[in-house]
Amino acid sequence: MNDRTRIVVIGATAAIAEQCCRLWVQRGPTDLVLVARDAAKAGRVAADLRVRGGAGSTVEVMIADFLDTAAIVRVADATTAAGRVDIVMIAHGVLTRQDTCGDIAICRESLEVNAVSPALFAEAFAGHFAKANHGTIAIIGSVAGDRGRKANYTYGAAKGLLSRYAEGLEHRFAGSGVAVVLLKPGPTDTPMSADHKAHGRRVAPVEDVARAIVRGIDTRKAVVYAPALWQLVMLIVRHLPRFVFNRLSI
Amino acid sequence: MRPVSSWGRLSAAPHDVVELADRDGVAHALAGRAPGIAYGAGRSYGDECLNPDGTLWSTRGLDRLIAFDDTTGRLVCEAGVVLRDIQRLMIPRGWSLPVVPGTQIATVGGAIANDVHGKNHHAAGTFGDHVTSLRLVRTTGETIACGPELRPDWFAATVGGMGLTGLVVEAELQLERTPGPWLEAETLPFAGLDAFFRLSEDSVADWEHTVSWIDCTSGIDVRGLFLRARPTTHEAGRPWRPGRRTVPFTPPVSLVNRLTLRSLNTAYYALNRRRAGPRIVHYEPFLYPLDGIGAWNRLYGPRGFYQYQCVVPPGPGPQAVRDMLDAIAQAREGSILAVLKTFGDRPAPGLLSFVQPGITLALDFRNSPGVLGLFERLDAIVRAAGGRLYPAKDARMPREMFETGYPRLPEFLPYRDPGMSSAMSRRLMGS
Repeated sequence: MNDRTRIVVIGATAAIAEQCCRLWVQRGPTDLVLVARDAAKAGRVAADLRVRGGAGSTVEVMIADFLDTAAIVRVADATTAAGRVDIVMIAHGVLTRQDTCGDIAICRESLEVNAVSPALFAEAFAGHFAKANHGTIAIIGSVAGDRGRKANYTYGAAKGLLSRYAEGLEHRFAGSGVAVVLLKPGPTDTPMSADHKAHGRRVAPVEDVARAIVRGIDTRKAVVYAPALWQLVMLIVRHLPRFVFNRLSI
Repeated sequence: MRPVSSWGRLSAAPHDVVELADRDGVAHALAGRAPGIAYGAGRSYGDECLNPDGTLWSTRGLDRLIAFDDTTGRLVCEAGVVLRDIQRLMIPRGWSLPVVPGTQIATVGGAIANDVHGKNHHAAGTFGDHVTSLRLVRTTGETIACGPELRPDWFAATVGGMGLTGLVVEAELQLERTPGPWLEAETLPFAGLDAFFRLSEDSVADWEHTVSWIDCTSGIDVRGLFLRARPTTHEAGRPWRPGRRTVPFTPPVSLVNRLTLRSLNTAYYALNRRRAGPRIVHYEPFLYPLDGIGAWNRLYGPRGFYQYQCVVPPGPGPQAVRDMLDAIAQAREGSILAVLKTFGDRPAPGLLSFVQPGITLALDFRNSPGVLGLFERLDAIVRAAGGRLYPAKDARMPREMFETGYPRLPEFLPYRDPGMSSAMSRRLMGS
């Protein structure tokens, strides 16, 4: 067993993913592969992580189109061919405002970026991890995926698909050397949640959410809420009877 | 629009917050949104970082390190990086920021805009003394790179310039070598200001950090605890872990008030007196004790609080400090956070830098009906002594006090960005 951790991060410029990467490189020798859409952004994130990681860690950048099937396969093939992958974290997504989803093109883009693309990445890596009988597939879902709500059901449905996908993968890999971890952050203080904050709603500090996620991946728990309080909140929300739920404006 | 407060929590007016996340996109984000002002960690106490009903450019998303050379100690980073992140990353590697203010949870941009000082001013000067270059983006679309040698006029205006010359996007900082996170520290109880000045003088040469806590209820015969520390290669027996305590909610009234003030101070004195003598401590709890308690500003209740921090020159300084302590004790106001320190003689680099040779006194006051009257009495003492107040802490100084306290203001004004405006700049400069 070597003591370095090799981690592939899909959507590495997302605020939560970037914070997780900081925690990883700052705690020990880590080899990171940042997969992103925007080369300039990814370059800035990589430079930061190189300074934080110091001489002990390495940071590589790969640019890919997340909606292109061939590109997804290429990312999984290339990163696993270059060495053993310990963790793949699938973190990309966009928080689409529900009131823009009447535009069917936007609605489609939201479903593809938030659901189809991450599921395909998970499936592509699952094949390699199965052969190696090693690795953790960490998927960033959302509390929004736990129950459809009028405020964000397109985004919620996409994240809900990831819940089912993770559940299936977990079942497939039960008892093997491969772990599947579904992470469900609540509203988090990131540039993505500007709209949320403008409405005066509470958001969790991104550092706290990242800490909970990194810890969750370490323990290989199947489902991790971040912050943990959301587990209780969503337990209640999921079990509200329809006649109550449909009267609520949540 | 969302409510935004500064550290003093005196107001929570709605602001249009623009979150900056991409250092190459700042000019674009500034365009069309002016006038406004940069908002970093929100650690200035008054209205310097506020612009009610207008634009705030939040720099918290500009928190990336850009490059570090571990042979020279030069660190390039974005302006929204919090000083504590730099310290926690670099001190284990043998490098440290030479100057950090009383809280580590301030941003690099805020530390530049206020040209902050630490407990080691006599040894290290101000934050601006260790900035080797910075990049400023103006609402006019210009980008200005400046430093002590490169366009030094822009540098002198921007260091201590309250964010009014443009938005600092990134900076290069000169770190200094450090043996590690441990300090050899001493707590020395004292009685009377003369004893304080003697201890200050005796400690200047050999102790990098000096500061003194005073019991503001004790009046002219002030009692206090003189704290001094210097880096050491020795280690304490057990490792230190950051605490996660926080004040969970705002109490309905200030917990610091006339009924509690005296007993809080007495308890603090008694508790810390027991720790008198030399010991080895971790730098975080020693230098930044309040950073260990999240949201401690809530203790002052929903009406918030003021901090009054002045500096008075060495000649008339001791008498002025005596007069102020007397006035404060008579008003029966103040807090458990009263701090006294002497500054060194090194001239500060900014046109509007607060630090000048002399003695600085800093105290928190709950926002009570009588407090503004007390401040007027303190102002008169500071002005008569030729001193001035610290804009980073201020929410109320009169404009003419600012003008007389900062005689280089006319030199500064031509460097202002016409699109940068805060509640403070309108109060103290008219625009």
